[in-house]
Amino acid sequence: MRGALRHPSLVLGLTASGLFAVLALVSLVWTPYAIADIDIGRRFLGPSLNHWFGTDNLGRDMVSLIMSGTLTSFVVAALAVGIGAGVGVPLGLAAAAWGGVVEWAVLRLSDFVFAFPAIIVAILITTLFGPSAINAILAIGIFNIPVFARVARGGALSIKTLDFVAAARLAGLGNWAIAFRHLLPNIASLIIVQGTIQLSLGILAEAGLSYIGLGTQPPATSLGLLLRDAQSLFLLHPSLSLVPGLAIVIIVVALNLAGDGLRDAIDPRLKQQGGTGVAS
Amino acid sequence: MTLFVLRRLLGFAVTLLLAAAVIFFLLDLLPGDPAQFILGINATPENVAQLRAQLGLDAPAWQRLFIWIWGMLQGDFGQSYTQNAPVADLIGERLWVTMPLAILAMAIAIVVGLPLGILAARRRGKLLDTGIMVLAQTGIAIPNFWFGMLLALLFAVTLRWLPPGGFTSWSEDPAAAMRALVLPSLALALPQASILARVMRTALVDVQGQDFIRTARAKGMTMGEAVWRHGVRNALLPVLTVLGLQFAYLVAGTIIVENVFYLPGLGRLIFTAISQRDLILVRGATIVLIVAVTATMLVIDLLYALVDPRLREGEQR
Amino acid sequence: MSLLEVQNLAVRFGDHTAVADVSLTLERGERFGIIGESGSGKTLTALAITGLLPESAVMAGAIRIDDNPIPSDERAMARLRGKRIGIVFQEPMTALNPLMPIGEQIGEAIRLSDIGGVEHIELPLLLGEVGLENRHAQRFPHQLSGGQRQRAMIAMALASQPDILIADEPTSALDLITQRLVLDLIAELCTRRKMALLFISHDLKSVAALCSRVAVMHDGRFVEVGKTRTVFGEPREAYTKLLVAAAEFKTPLRDRQPIGETLLEVRGLTRDYRQGGLLFGRKKPLRAVDSVCFSIGQAESVALVGPSGCGKSTLARMIVGLDNASGGQMALSGQTYHGRDLPTGLRRDVSLVFQDPFGSFDPHLTIGQSLAEPLRLEQGLSLDQQNTRLIEAVQAVGLDPQMMGRHPHAFSGGQRQRLAIARALVTRPKLVVLDEPVSALDMSVRADVLALLAQLQAEFGLTYLIISHDLDMVRAIADRVMVMDAGKIVETGEPNQLFAAPQHALTRELVEARLPELV
Repeated sequence: MRGALRHPSLVLGLTASGLFAVLALVSLVWTPYAIADIDIGRRFLGPSLNHWFGTDNLGRDMVSLIMSGTLTSFVVAALAVGIGAGVGVPLGLAAAAWGGVVEWAVLRLSDFVFAFPAIIVAILITTLFGPSAINAILAIGIFNIPVFARVARGGALSIKTLDFVAAARLAGLGNWAIAFRHLLPNIASLIIVQGTIQLSLGILAEAGLSYIGLGTQPPATSLGLLLRDAQSLFLLHPSLSLVPGLAIVIIVVALNLAGDGLRDAIDPRLKQQGGTGVAS
Repeated sequence: MTLFVLRRLLGFAVTLLLAAAVIFFLLDLLPGDPAQFILGINATPENVAQLRAQLGLDAPAWQRLFIWIWGMLQGDFGQSYTQNAPVADLIGERLWVTMPLAILAMAIAIVVGLPLGILAARRRGKLLDTGIMVLAQTGIAIPNFWFGMLLALLFAVTLRWLPPGGFTSWSEDPAAAMRALVLPSLALALPQASILARVMRTALVDVQGQDFIRTARAKGMTMGEAVWRHGVRNALLPVLTVLGLQFAYLVAGTIIVENVFYLPGLGRLIFTAISQRDLILVRGATIVLIVAVTATMLVIDLLYALVDPRLREGEQR
Repeated sequence: MSLLEVQNLAVRFGDHTAVADVSLTLERGERFGIIGESGSGKTLTALAITGLLPESAVMAGAIRIDDNPIPSDERAMARLRGKRIGIVFQEPMTALNPLMPIGEQIGEAIRLSDIGGVEHIELPLLLGEVGLENRHAQRFPHQLSGGQRQRAMIAMALASQPDILIADEPTSALDLITQRLVLDLIAELCTRRKMALLFISHDLKSVAALCSRVAVMHDGRFVEVGKTRTVFGEPREAYTKLLVAAAEFKTPLRDRQPIGETLLEVRGLTRDYRQGGLLFGRKKPLRAVDSVCFSIGQAESVALVGPSGCGKSTLARMIVGLDNASGGQMALSGQTYHGRDLPTGLRRDVSLVFQDPFGSFDPHLTIGQSLAEPLRLEQGLSLDQQNTRLIEAVQAVGLDPQMMGRHPHAFSGGQRQRLAIARALVTRPKLVVLDEPVSALDMSVRADVLALLAQLQAEFGLTYLIISHDLDMVRAIADRVMVMDAGKIVETGEPNQLFAAPQHALTRELVEARLPELV
């Protein structure tokens, strides 16, 4: 891990996102005040020793809300990455290992899913089942599938042309064995980097979906939902929207820094492959 | 080239057909009977049956799907039963807000993002490069709707230069309509411009290391001349791909930002439709969004082929 | 006054010195060669002279053209380069702008040269001079063959009527016949235009054919400089001797087992590739291998030669069971198969050694794990037996079995190729297919690997099918040569006889394209 010190953005990014992740996890067992603790009497308090970031329109403590909201945002984004990688990576690997009709089908499928931005999927699911945090997970997760499928396929294809894969075939290994023994370990770094990027995009997307009411629902809270609550009040009480907004910005910047740093640290050859997609 | 265009057009048509089918069957699964919903709880079963027949709800699902698609091809998206108006008219009216907003935002993103990206690449490693990249890194992380709130706070509430929300229709006062779109399009453009700047920079830095740039320098060009004459065009290829993806999501992003500025766009229409369970309206609006996304991808693919001779011959990318 | 004078040139990257103490002079019309292996600093020397070094490089020493030091100002250096120096790079595909027709790219060089030439008059003349036609001007690089692209590069270099031509490995990406044509073209142009040539190559024979003086470069320094005839004829330094010996492919004769009965028989083998998409644009299938018939005897060593794209690799892939035949069949030890249906029991009898030693091992596995992979084909080996096999194989190629715990990146190219051969041997195969076994290796290790192959054949009675484009190598190691062209085997014979009296047009071309012996 000595090498990590040569990548300051990696250290900074990992530390900052780790810090938020820890805060989020702590909220499971302890928050300064209970989230459900509504007390109209102490609403709209400014920052003070008791309430570092003040209180909201229901008198809830902002620090507690941010901690708990960060947890929701992280969980939604992480599960969406899980769905995307869990379905997309095998699809991409299969496309590369089998080629032919399988590859054609995976490519067409991913083209097709790309036509459904997360928000459209969320609209459809909400119409079907009503709004919930699960909507956001599914919508962002479905959008992540073709992203991971393409990254996995692209990486695996460039590995596949190398002679050691042909050597493995000569040794009698089948497509699955080649995919998991030779292709997957060699594209793992690519997948991890993409996972970090999709995690940060997922947090942004969750915020967007919850903000328009298609995602997380009260009494649960998320960073996006906090912004939705602040929407009607932000002209009077800007701090209600400033705090969750800044939290999002810091988390996303931290994750992106970590992603860029990982990319450089793991594989300098990947440096040129910039470019990100936004799911909203 | 014709072959290439034909292939892409076919792909476009198939994607839309499948998308229409997916949307149709998903919403068809929904419990509840539109006819019952329209007539209310007190309707007699006879009346409901009559309306079902009138709406064509008795036919098998796949038949209704094709009737729906056939109608859309002729511009008939069905009748909204909550608003008592043709869906096509409702959507068409809202598109006059949503599309200009998306296009304006993209234009701002291109005009700001690409030059900054080129500048950063040319000054790689210098202070200017670092500055631009820090800005871009932050810009990507800012949720567009939150940035919209901040913009409204500053320019509408504090400075009072621009309206904080609402929309005057284009026919009534084009200048006011334009003013209403300035802040929302800025909010949408910030992350897009940041992404474009980053992609442009990486693409150009990448191209600067290519052999053909060295060849151009060998002919007697300076690095700057070689990059300008041979590099930028090559670097635009990856940028074009990202541009296509981003425009697609920009259309979707408008839906969120419309909320901040109380713009009567497609997004607001959809939310009303969802809450009133107006399925015909929901599926009409989603298909329009999907057409916008898919059509952009198609245009980008065709542009790509125009720039890159290798693709025109139908080679795979 | 020399045309070009380089004094004590040094190029550093940080702490790493890539080039040191390089001095050379080039007179008008003279042809000077720099010979060196990959990483010797020969290309950096050329880049330093032309002011094209990467930004991270630090240069020291003096470079003068007509007694004037080359300018440090970027623009002035660029213009000087454009007017006085023509440069031809190695890989013409990436060295040309893929989005611009080559006529336009050459035209740009004409305009930049500022010699008062009129583009629409100059362009056809230049194209003619390098052997291209006017219609090629509208083509994009990907629409030209490798040779045509390199001709276009040369036309660009000539546009300014330079008095120095620098050619950096101009032919190493080309096939044998084209390589010779391009070398001849460069020689002819230098004579006609009285240009001085700085020729950079790893190939001793092409340097010997073109240059009157030569420098041997190793680890960033010139080890030996002198008249080509003297340096290659009576090399003084050990390193030069090594290179010269390697270039002559002298493999020691060994006692070999007599050639036995038929091991592999190929009957009417055909492979078609579908072209175009699923629905639209389907073209006539491409016939890569066309009714090929031949047989190989036990312990025989057969070479398959032919230009790139003639189908020799496809043929090899079918024989080892990586690809399926569209028609015809093969028989190994009498058992018939068509490609991928090679019975599992027979798979252990065939193995393949790949061209590129860097791609042939999974970077995530240890060498031992990679070597053990083919042992899956040997059912019922105990772990001990497996280990014995691995150790035997590694020792057979002259390496220490202790190394098996390391990962591939810890080995040099030559060592990796030895390990690749070891992997091919672990199943104790009968037939070993060698796909260009030495062409990716540095000159100085080639001879070692070839000697190893000869030794292994003698020791284990192996049968070799060697795919190659290098006639000299083939002559050194093969009992029989098959010449392949456009999917068909057009001529077969013993190497000496075949090269002395070639019958088929392609064989004649190949033989004529061979460069003269070193001395």
